[in-house]
Amino acid sequence: MSTSDRPLSPHLQVYRPQLTSTLSIFHRITGVFLTLGTLLLTWWLVAAASGAEAFAAAQWFIGSWIGYLLLLGWSVALFYHLCNGIRHLFWDAGYGFELVNVYRSGWAVLIGTAVLTVVAWIAGLIAL
Amino acid sequence: MVEFALPRNSKIQQGKTWPAPEGAKRPRTFKVYRWDPDSGENPRVDSYTVDLDDCGPMVLDALIKIKNEVDSTLTFRRSCREGVCGSCAFNVNGRNTLACTTYIEETDGEVKVYPLPHMEVVKDLVPDLNQAYTQYSSIEPWLKTKSPAPERERLQSPEERAKLDGLWECILCFCCTTACPSYWWNGERYLGPAVLLQAYRWIADTRDEYTGERLDNLEDPFRLYRCHTIMNCTRTCPKGLNPAKAIAEIKKLMVERRT
Repeated sequence: MSTSDRPLSPHLQVYRPQLTSTLSIFHRITGVFLTLGTLLLTWWLVAAASGAEAFAAAQWFIGSWIGYLLLLGWSVALFYHLCNGIRHLFWDAGYGFELVNVYRSGWAVLIGTAVLTVVAWIAGLIAL
Repeated sequence: MVEFALPRNSKIQQGKTWPAPEGAKRPRTFKVYRWDPDSGENPRVDSYTVDLDDCGPMVLDALIKIKNEVDSTLTFRRSCREGVCGSCAFNVNGRNTLACTTYIEETDGEVKVYPLPHMEVVKDLVPDLNQAYTQYSSIEPWLKTKSPAPERERLQSPEERAKLDGLWECILCFCCTTACPSYWWNGERYLGPAVLLQAYRWIADTRDEYTGERLDNLEDPFRLYRCHTIMNCTRTCPKGLNPAKAIAEIKKLMVERRT
């Protein structure tokens, strides 16, 4: 028989989710989300430059619950990508490769993301 | 190419169920991936129940017992049964490991045994390792020198020899390589953690005189740099080695030699 008929063994379907791969794919997903968020930010700035009416429309959208939801997602993505990016910098320099440190830094990234997001939102809502 | 779903001919079907032996006091079920190249059918998962009171302690013991006493058509590689040959590498309960060094007691629930992930299956638990071996030979895994051979052996200080610890122990079971999502999507061009760890084993060897050429061979967007430090390799290595660290050392050398 032809070897091209051979099946491919299961991969994503059976591989157990674990911190290593999960944080890695989240780094990529948040990277994509940051790009989309930057478009929103650009739209807001362009609206501010083009006149009161356009700016009011942009303000209304960002102030709506869907705008807040997008901003929340964007801030989580920003802080996650930032924290995990710093983790990657340490790896690039050759540090933190022992499995126990990989798990410690992984949990630290998650906690750091949560803390920074909450602090930023408290600061932002107080300033409003 | 990234394809998240399995091709049509690889989808897993319902398999056969073999009953527990009569009077089994500690029954444990093993769900084993099966594919028969002669049947023309899709892969399936067969279910075998083994009495742990009448079986050795390791997952490999159970597989051998099933083959000897229940279903002789079950096909898998095994040899040393003590973690030095690298033959019985499977995906056990979602993680790649050696069946011979994995205690049945330390697994949860039904024990699911699949071939190494994202590989062509030759039969049952036997993956085709030709591509991985070809990639291994591409890094020329032997001592290469330019200087004339000395009268006796090429000497190494204990400190120089210590640089190879954590590298020479690799048994090429390819648990790490087949745990790596980057290798799943780009395995035709990315060398994968096992082969890169071996590449570094010869780069780190002070007796080897082809370090520059070895680095030249790896300086490629795919061969080396598809490593995104996902760390599944280090997480899964049944020998406790650190392929991700070895790859990072290669990347550091790439930067250092440019400055």
